[in-house]
Amino acid sequence: MDWFLANFDFILRLTGLHLFQAVLPILFGVLLAVPVAQLVRLNRTVGGVLLTVSSILYTIPSLAMFVFLPVVLGTRSISMVNVVVALTIYAFALLIRSTLDALNSIDDGVRQAAVAMGFTPVRRFFSVDLPLSIPVLIAGVRVISVTNISMVSVGALIGVQSLGTLFTDGLFRSFPTEIAVGIILTLLLALVMDLLLVGLERLLTPWARRATAGAVSAPVPGADAAPAAGSAAAPAAAGTRKAGA
Amino acid sequence: MTTSRAGDPASPQTDELRGALQEAPPGSSRTAPPEPMIQFRGVTKTYDGGQPAVDNLSIEIDRGAITVFVGPSGCGKTTSLRMINRMVEPTSGTILLDGVDVAGRKAAELRRSMGYVMQSSGLLPHRTVLDNIATVPRLNGVPRSEARATAAGLLDVVGLASALGARYPGELSGGQQQRVGVARALAADPPVLLMDEPFSAVDPVVRGELQEELLRLQRDLAKTIVFVTHDIDEATVLGDKVAVFAVGGRLAQYATPEEILRAPVDNFVAGFVGRDRGFRHLSFQDGTGVPIHPIETIDVERLGDPTVSVRSPWTLAVDGEGRPHGWVPLARRSEVTSQAEAVPGGSLYRRGDTLRRALDAALSSPSGLGVTIDDDGRVVGVVHAGEVFELIERARLDRGRADHNTAV
Repeated sequence: MDWFLANFDFILRLTGLHLFQAVLPILFGVLLAVPVAQLVRLNRTVGGVLLTVSSILYTIPSLAMFVFLPVVLGTRSISMVNVVVALTIYAFALLIRSTLDALNSIDDGVRQAAVAMGFTPVRRFFSVDLPLSIPVLIAGVRVISVTNISMVSVGALIGVQSLGTLFTDGLFRSFPTEIAVGIILTLLLALVMDLLLVGLERLLTPWARRATAGAVSAPVPGADAAPAAGSAAAPAAAGTRKAGA
Repeated sequence: MTTSRAGDPASPQTDELRGALQEAPPGSSRTAPPEPMIQFRGVTKTYDGGQPAVDNLSIEIDRGAITVFVGPSGCGKTTSLRMINRMVEPTSGTILLDGVDVAGRKAAELRRSMGYVMQSSGLLPHRTVLDNIATVPRLNGVPRSEARATAAGLLDVVGLASALGARYPGELSGGQQQRVGVARALAADPPVLLMDEPFSAVDPVVRGELQEELLRLQRDLAKTIVFVTHDIDEATVLGDKVAVFAVGGRLAQYATPEEILRAPVDNFVAGFVGRDRGFRHLSFQDGTGVPIHPIETIDVERLGDPTVSVRSPWTLAVDGEGRPHGWVPLARRSEVTSQAEAVPGGSLYRRGDTLRRALDAALSSPSGLGVTIDDDGRVVGVVHAGEVFELIERARLDRGRADHNTAV
């Protein structure tokens, strides 16, 4: 505890960096995955290729990615850009699938009604498809959020500062307190991010909450219940495994 | 028999709205040019080399009238409907809307110029009822507040409480959702309404209500409505004209519902129209000629008084305002001391209504006497089934003479 207080500024800075490296890729991931997912739906051939590529991308071990990226990007190996780009790739690879699920989860009757009422395709995407896919989309983002927060730590191995620095440093100095603080803060970050995302979902989807149980028109139940937790568990574990690799 | 919940169609709000809605309809029936609103000319739709879904369809849809496309599944009725607003593109042939080929119109704009109601109301679950109704005006660039004001007025037109406007579709019953669907289709005041089995997913009672209300609305609005259903009863109740489609997308018969029930053009139509078509056809026969006989009545309040006797085999119990409340059989006069003990009556026949209603009133009555009421619900007498039959037979003989030159 003394150590924590004495190094509070340092730890705070690491937490900030950690958060930055975790959140930025989520934003990029969503911004990339949503249009690409729509593209996949419009063109099956391109879609199939993109989906396969994204699956392959996700299997690349994170450490390998961190080492490999500076070569491709021409960045310095300890640059934060490497971590952000790597995690964006993972986020994109995972999100493209859940975005696809999200867009496909929309009731066909609703979509046809939108066509019949005279929405142009672009307007329909932004004012019907996208808002309705938010519950499933956010379920995906919650998975990415947990994964990213754990994976950012790996960057410490190549010298990019984050809460992971507490692990490498603690290990190097055989100082368990530092490692423990790192673990606790990582967990806290993941928890806070998850709560924020749940809050965001509730804010964006008042209709899903107020719809009566068993209503036909709600395409998905609120993602804050069991199904999302279930789907979050597996990839989160995968992320953790990768972080430890 | 009126099940309408919204009540009096001539309520002040409705009148006001009717005025607002009729300001600029290019297809209003009042001027009624001879040209049909929608024309199919040799329209065929084939999906990827299969059998045609719609086969060389040519049909003219009257302005300001309800035209019903009816037929079994797979007969191409919905496909035909969807070709009108280009949700489906025909393989060949042309469709004219108000004399203009729809293929030349921008699809999204064309669709906004027509109301569309579908089976599952297709409401946008993430928008409130009010915003759902306001959808098409908003797409047309009407400011939000103005569009919502129109939407609020339409809630009343379709018989929904204004408090429902702030709800989400998921919080409404099926019937309510369907009403919102109709309101949404009316919001931009389009001259044409396309309705794709709009009432088939709700229970029969609600369906009856919705049908009556559609007819009530149509009396006020006079839209050109194309209505798809697989239910021949619904078709004959709603349609000014009915188009019967056969499997394979062939138009089997296009006529008034009366003619389709009376004279189906082939075995397919006869079979589709079904077993009760003879009885149902009576819906189109005027009952003004049915003789109405006087009936002895007894005040329900005086049933408990044993000194008030009855003489007829069946006496009708009525309340102070002359409304019927069941029958009192002569032999059981002493046992019937209150309204609850009277024998429940059959259906009521409103004087001047169709022969079907008259016959049903007589057949459903335990006394065999069909209780006849006036427009205020007061008993005016009874009709006899036998005499209704005589009228039916006389009408048949007249038709036989006219159509087939036979005397019997």
